[in-house]
Amino acid sequence: MCSNYLVRLNSTPSILLDAPAPWQIGFQDVASPGFEGIVSLHDSIMFYLILILVTKSGIVYKYLNHGTLIELIWTISPALVLIAIAFPSFKLLYTLDEVIDPALTVKVTGHQCYMVPESDLEEGQLRLLDVDNRLMVPVNTHIRFIVTSTDVLHDFAVPSLGIKIDATPGRLNQTSALIERTGVFYGQCSELCGV
Amino acid sequence: MAEAAAEEKPVKRILQTVGFDARFPNTNQTRHCFQSYIDYHKCVNAKGEDFAPCKQFFRAYKSLCPKREAGKFPASLEP
Repeated sequence: MCSNYLVRLNSTPSILLDAPAPWQIGFQDVASPGFEGIVSLHDSIMFYLILILVTKSGIVYKYLNHGTLIELIWTISPALVLIAIAFPSFKLLYTLDEVIDPALTVKVTGHQCYMVPESDLEEGQLRLLDVDNRLMVPVNTHIRFIVTSTDVLHDFAVPSLGIKIDATPGRLNQTSALIERTGVFYGQCSELCGV
Repeated sequence: MAEAAAEEKPVKRILQTVGFDARFPNTNQTRHCFQSYIDYHKCVNAKGEDFAPCKQFFRAYKSLCPKREAGKFPASLEP
């Protein structure tokens, strides 16, 4: 496991709200408008997909073996569903890409294998998530992250902020976040380092 | 006491960094860093160190380029 890092805001003590929980299935708590958009897109798509799944599974025609109309319906309606998913999805994707007027630039550089030894952890800290030096950034400020790497491919990700961007050696990638509340936000390298 | 007094007076800080540049609208900002670095040195060569508008390029490349990256450039600038 490589490149553990974390974003810490204000001087609040470690509150482990924004860390993954064991066997967690859902998202972590939202802390930025971008991630809010991602979660609401996911939720609305899942709502309609499950609705379709449930309503269509009630219809069973055991002795029907041919029907032009029904074939047309099950060919065309999935296409319409895909279009209905694509539009809000692209809208969100391109909105998240924009970095218009940041007030602060944070440079993130990926390195191979830094780890805080277990003996250095304090009570309540998370192995493989906690770091020795936390990065402190202000809330309600548009922050630009410039992400790069020194050795191999890494990936800078903070789930609560909706950030996930490749750290590539020799290339500067840009992403942004606006953090809406104070907290300790954890993240890990989200790439098989070097692959 | 001194600490209490310092707490009462909020220090006003203005956060500023290089903004959006229409030449570099993409996620990849490598050229943005590089071009700002080149522009700064061109500017200084043409107008001298004290020319205030050059500071804009200086701040841009200082904000965008990682330290080790900026350290690599000078050799390539040699004529």
